[in-house]
Amino acid sequence: MGKTFRRPQALAETPTHYCPGCTHGIAHRLVAEVIDELGIRGRTVGIAPVGCAVLCYNYFTFDFIEAAHGRAPAIATGLKRVRPDLVVFTYQGDGDLASIGMSEIVHAANRGEKFVTVFINNAVYGMTGGQMAPTTLPDQRTTTSPFGRKVAQTGMPVKMAELLAALETPGYIVREALIRPKYIQRAKKAIRNAFSYQLENRCFSLVELISTCPTNWGMTPIEALSWAEEKMLPYYPLGVFKSPEGGRPAPGAAERSADAA
Amino acid sequence: MAKVLMKGNEAIAEAAVRAGCRNYFAYPITPQSEVAEYLSRRLPEVGGVFLQGESEVAVSYMIFGAAATGERVFTTSSSPGISLMSEGISYIAAAELPCVFVNIMRGGPGLGGILPSQADYFQAVKGGGHGDYRLLVLAPASVQEAVEMMMEAFPLAEKYRNPVMILGDGLIGQMMEPVEFRDDLNTEPAPADDWATSGMDRRGRDRRNLIRTLYLVPSELNAHNLKLKAKYDRMRREEVRWENYAVDPSIRLLLVSYGTMSRVCRTAIDRLREEGLAVGMVRPKTLFPFPREAVLAAARQGEVRAVLSVEMSMGQLVEDVEWSVRGVRPVFWFGKCGGEVPTPEEVMAEARRILRESE
Repeated sequence: MGKTFRRPQALAETPTHYCPGCTHGIAHRLVAEVIDELGIRGRTVGIAPVGCAVLCYNYFTFDFIEAAHGRAPAIATGLKRVRPDLVVFTYQGDGDLASIGMSEIVHAANRGEKFVTVFINNAVYGMTGGQMAPTTLPDQRTTTSPFGRKVAQTGMPVKMAELLAALETPGYIVREALIRPKYIQRAKKAIRNAFSYQLENRCFSLVELISTCPTNWGMTPIEALSWAEEKMLPYYPLGVFKSPEGGRPAPGAAERSADAA
Repeated sequence: MAKVLMKGNEAIAEAAVRAGCRNYFAYPITPQSEVAEYLSRRLPEVGGVFLQGESEVAVSYMIFGAAATGERVFTTSSSPGISLMSEGISYIAAAELPCVFVNIMRGGPGLGGILPSQADYFQAVKGGGHGDYRLLVLAPASVQEAVEMMMEAFPLAEKYRNPVMILGDGLIGQMMEPVEFRDDLNTEPAPADDWATSGMDRRGRDRRNLIRTLYLVPSELNAHNLKLKAKYDRMRREEVRWENYAVDPSIRLLLVSYGTMSRVCRTAIDRLREEGLAVGMVRPKTLFPFPREAVLAAARQGEVRAVLSVEMSMGQLVEDVEWSVRGVRPVFWFGKCGGEVPTPEEVMAEARRILRESE
């Protein structure tokens, strides 16, 4: 019997710098598998964020650019407009995308830029040491909300998938999670759909991935998986929020598809 | 090719197209929005890319992404917009990406005004964004020179893999003058396979390119900065450009002025000479690298009593003039800003005063 599980060609063979239990590695692997399966490694350019994934290019074996904080969608826009034959994706965390880069992602999505954004939502700033992010849950403790996030002062967590799905421009907007095998399978499918839409020159795609940060949450990796499932999924429902075929699904459709899973 | 009458902003836009640039990203701001308006029609004609970004911040990174492919790209803006782009310019300089930024300066600080100014001199030549980087800064004094510098800017950016800035004032952008476009230029971008993120297939080799600006190991960051410095030092050796006007052994006062302001100074010099006052001027055409030795050589001549920096800013150029003159002669400043352009009469009055007090 042959070897059935191997490292994708698009994934580099190198030790990880991510913390134990971090789900970045899963996301990297899913992206690499999709790039291999679609046979696009030689024309793909990735764009790294600022944050824990700033060094994510160390784990991929194709062209990569390291962006400034939040600006990856603008770089992707410049790249893709000048070279539409390239396959372009940004890989961004929640501080990068939902805070400092809010303007760039909203306008890129609204222009319908033909690239993919892989969005890691772990409800916290990781690299800088666990500060509050726009995605931090109410009452969640972080190093800058030591008494828990007070929504009276800082508002409610930003739901990026829902926010981008509200744009009238066609797009593929989906949220999945990296915390259980069943969700991970769906996440892979979503990433594959997103890259396929780009290859068809169809639309902008955002794949939001609910992720864990055991280090900054102060939990073991197992506790972190449970916390994400129990606390994050009720607020951040999984599912397809918008697709280029179906336009914008009716409100509540995403919740229903999550329940069905 | 015959001369045509064109507004500065439109001439700059056309010059970029003639130089083989097919990519332009911008955000509207007075007094240079005509560049975007012109290119929104012109670039589609030649199969180029025109995109209006959501902010100058985003535009600077669209330039980053476009330049990362190895294709020619540029943007234009004016002072407050360049402030917003300065973040991206720092990253572009750090990543060593060739591209061109045009600043048609208006008055500042803050919103300032919309009339001509030279108040972004420090921003252009001393940094603007964070970190140890330099732009190669070209300062046109006429629409024709703006065209020539624009066309030259792309090969220069590629030679050094560094952003080039055209620093013009609002007068350069808004006035109409006859221009002639050269057609003997090499409009092909320089080979970029060694560094551009253009896709491995395009380059025909299985070695990926990486564009980054983060160097966490101190010795690596130091080495990166030394490499950048060597590049800027090479610019200082190879790219210094200036023009002497009426600089002869008889001059008693040396003016230093650039851009539109230098044209006012030429008129003042001609008329002062009619009065029998020997005045000359060094006009820097590159602001970085600054023609330091040319200014010093002119200032050192036996009869020179003083050096006067004439600028549409509150004492910026004068610092580089003082640095060039190295205390050999007294250095004075004269300037106005906010859209007020010093008149020949005002420059003449200042020249007479300085000469009288220096005797």
